[in-house]
Amino acid sequence: MSADNDDNRPDEVDLSDPKLSRFEVYREGLRRDGIEILHYEPRYPKPGTKLEKRMERIVASLFFGSGLFATLFVAAYIFWPWEYDGAATWRDPRTWYTPILGITLGLSLLLIAFAVLTWAKKLLPVEELVQERHDGGSSSEDRRLAESTVDTVVDDMGLKRRPFLVKAALLGAAPLGLAAVAPLGGLIKDPGDMLTVTGWNGDKHNGGNPVRLMMKDGALVRPDMVSTGGQITVYPAIEGGATNEFASAPTLLIRLRAQDAEQLRENLYPMYQDVDAMWGDFVAYSKICTHVGCPTSLYEQQSQRLLCPCHQSQFNAIDNGAPIFGPATRHLPMLPLDVDDEGHFFAKSDFLVPPGPAFWNRPSLPEEDEQ
Amino acid sequence: MKRRKGTNENLMTKAGGELDDRFKLAGPARVLMNKVFPDHWSFLLGEIALFSFILLLLTGTFLALFFEPSMTHVTYEGSYVPLQGVGMSKAYESTLNISFEVRGGLIMRQMHHWASLLFMAAILVHMMRVFFTGAFRAPRETNWMIGILLFWLGFFNGFTGYSLPDDGLSGTGLRIAEGMTESVPFLGPWVSAALFGGAFPGDEVIARFYILHVFVLPLALLALITVHVGLVFAQKHTQWPGPGRTEHNVVGYRMFPNYVMKQVGFMLLVFGVVTAMSGLFQINPLWMFGPYEASVVSSGSQPDFYVMFMDGLIRLFPAWEFRVPPYFTLPAVFWPGIVGMGLSVLLPLLYPLLERRFTKDRGHHNLLQRPRDTPARTGLGVMVIVFWVIGVVSGGNDVFAQAFHISLNAMTWGGRIGIVVLPIVAYYLTYRFCLGLQQHDREVLAHGLETGILMRDPEGRFYEVHQPLVEPDERGHTELEYSGATVPKKMNRIGVLEPAQRGFFKSIEEPSDEDGRRDQIETGNKR
Repeated sequence: MSADNDDNRPDEVDLSDPKLSRFEVYREGLRRDGIEILHYEPRYPKPGTKLEKRMERIVASLFFGSGLFATLFVAAYIFWPWEYDGAATWRDPRTWYTPILGITLGLSLLLIAFAVLTWAKKLLPVEELVQERHDGGSSSEDRRLAESTVDTVVDDMGLKRRPFLVKAALLGAAPLGLAAVAPLGGLIKDPGDMLTVTGWNGDKHNGGNPVRLMMKDGALVRPDMVSTGGQITVYPAIEGGATNEFASAPTLLIRLRAQDAEQLRENLYPMYQDVDAMWGDFVAYSKICTHVGCPTSLYEQQSQRLLCPCHQSQFNAIDNGAPIFGPATRHLPMLPLDVDDEGHFFAKSDFLVPPGPAFWNRPSLPEEDEQ
Repeated sequence: MKRRKGTNENLMTKAGGELDDRFKLAGPARVLMNKVFPDHWSFLLGEIALFSFILLLLTGTFLALFFEPSMTHVTYEGSYVPLQGVGMSKAYESTLNISFEVRGGLIMRQMHHWASLLFMAAILVHMMRVFFTGAFRAPRETNWMIGILLFWLGFFNGFTGYSLPDDGLSGTGLRIAEGMTESVPFLGPWVSAALFGGAFPGDEVIARFYILHVFVLPLALLALITVHVGLVFAQKHTQWPGPGRTEHNVVGYRMFPNYVMKQVGFMLLVFGVVTAMSGLFQINPLWMFGPYEASVVSSGSQPDFYVMFMDGLIRLFPAWEFRVPPYFTLPAVFWPGIVGMGLSVLLPLLYPLLERRFTKDRGHHNLLQRPRDTPARTGLGVMVIVFWVIGVVSGGNDVFAQAFHISLNAMTWGGRIGIVVLPIVAYYLTYRFCLGLQQHDREVLAHGLETGILMRDPEGRFYEVHQPLVEPDERGHTELEYSGATVPKKMNRIGVLEPAQRGFFKSIEEPSDEDGRRDQIETGNKR
């Protein structure tokens, strides 16, 4: 029965014996693979019974059904109207294209799967076999032979006798390994000021002039465009200012209620007081979350909170955008605002601290530790 | 008819002979066809991943015929009205075209996405099976490690894959990945600049992710899957303990025809389920998200489920930032994002070695263990599952907060406290459950099965009749040793009360049971 009980095994048979049945030859094959039959009988003891015929019919009809649905799939793929043409109700046959493909091909696959599985489970012989498992490495003889082979190879090459050569080979090959990965250096780019300078930097992006605020469609922003308690997303009014080229520039321009603005003025960090960052009741915060950089899109006017929907960092709009909940640790940098002679908002300078997620050598200011 | 069959057989013999002359196949083919596999449903979980992978290769090849991995700016002029005239990248445009302009493109895209979710889910479930049954123990530690690497390759292949369309949702995922990359001390900004070709998002990352997604990572997956399956083959599958099963044999059925037919059937079943799901259930309707813009995001932005635990950890981790002004900052996200992910790779990878060290068990094991018999390991596993589930739930805490009208902040705090406390509770409870189950097994072995029949003895005491598993001694006890195999707990597990007639609506055969065993049981008469 088990591997340690060899007595019950069939003996080796003489394959040259012409009287051997096919099964005896087959069993000899199993024996040579260390396999013994524990149990092996036809699923249906009497061939051709009603039950067996029924099972054959079931399997056959599953195969036929699969073929039928595959045909339907191909037909639907070719002939069913599919071209998308604007919104449509469920009555429109075009909206059924994908579900019909899924149902026909899916059913075809499921039916053929059940056909094969039923064949395997209901028509194949009932069997249980046991095979020896030779666990735990090679025989000591094999190991010895392999060892001597390796040793001979090592000796032939003289790896032990010629240590200098081995060292030379290593010294020669190591730089070659380096050379193989060196071309990846083409990827390396100096991050430079990409994390510290944004599109609001007039010196870099606007020929030394201060950068105006614009909407996504390019319209310049005037104070009367935002109602009290309202907010809009603004971008630097430079070429491509609203595109992903300036991904850290998007800014939230908020018009606070008078009493809120008053409170913010009282709370203002010294660095923002120095540059007079607010303009009237207006304040502009970087929209890029200081946690990992999602847009801090939600402004709740009643609680004066700005919320980032990615990881739920919350910032206080009337306290320098300081974080008050969630994983963010630094305030949303404020964009120093002013209005020019033509009545358009412009940024007096870039953000005073880099917006967005932190990095190891991010210049931090003492104000940030006051939170 | 008969003659034709004869010639066919001759033809096959002849073809076999020709092949064998050239490739010497007779021996290896016989060994392969005769190989014995153990049978248990839980051994097929890994196969679901394998079959999903095949489906991913097929559907992915189709998608690659139409997808353009380019961030070149174009204006959409396809048939989806709400986005007409909107500027977007070519990658997003071509993905929209696959959904709207390519015949059958939408179902292919959805099959690719559903198959990827099934791939990762199957890996996780398979990993749990291997973990809880101790199948990773010597001599199979290497294959466990390969399995862990497969999970992480799948993780990153999934992430690069759902980043490719360059829609609003995938861009948000990329932005988070960029923020995490930046947080690495000293290297962060440089790695980020290398990945994105400068400032985020740049216009190179889609092309770079594309080659990773369709070539580098799938190639690594394919290579490791081959080794993984090859090792299972070479080392022979583990088996459950049971009558006649030892560390030195495999009890089961032959590779051909039994195992292969079941595998092929199972593969088609997986294909069929994914196809039907992809036709009926929408996934990632990216036309609704619009192109990626750095300033736009919506609430309910979740990654695919296998990335969600990372997102959850990032949401839960407190705002602990280490700063040495003015020029050193260690951002909070570094801990869950980089260290957390590193540990999630490293600890599972090394687990077999750690367990070997702590249990000092250096033997080879080919018989599986029931989870109840290794309470510490099972407890540890459940602990990790609870930790992971809290991570996943927290990854969608805004959705849960909205659906169940819970405060978002309460969800976060619940997650923060839960992720520390609940795994410990889970470990303790699991440990006790395991001991309880062990105890019950021993009781059945000593006293027999609970029959549910209550008796009252002459003194008026009630007791339950037990069915001993073997002939008991005079005190009603049976001396059976626990062998690590399933102990029957119900009467029909030992062959009592099975239906005498087969068939669902009507009998499909004469009752074969001529002894009237059912009568015997019901009347208690022995013939």
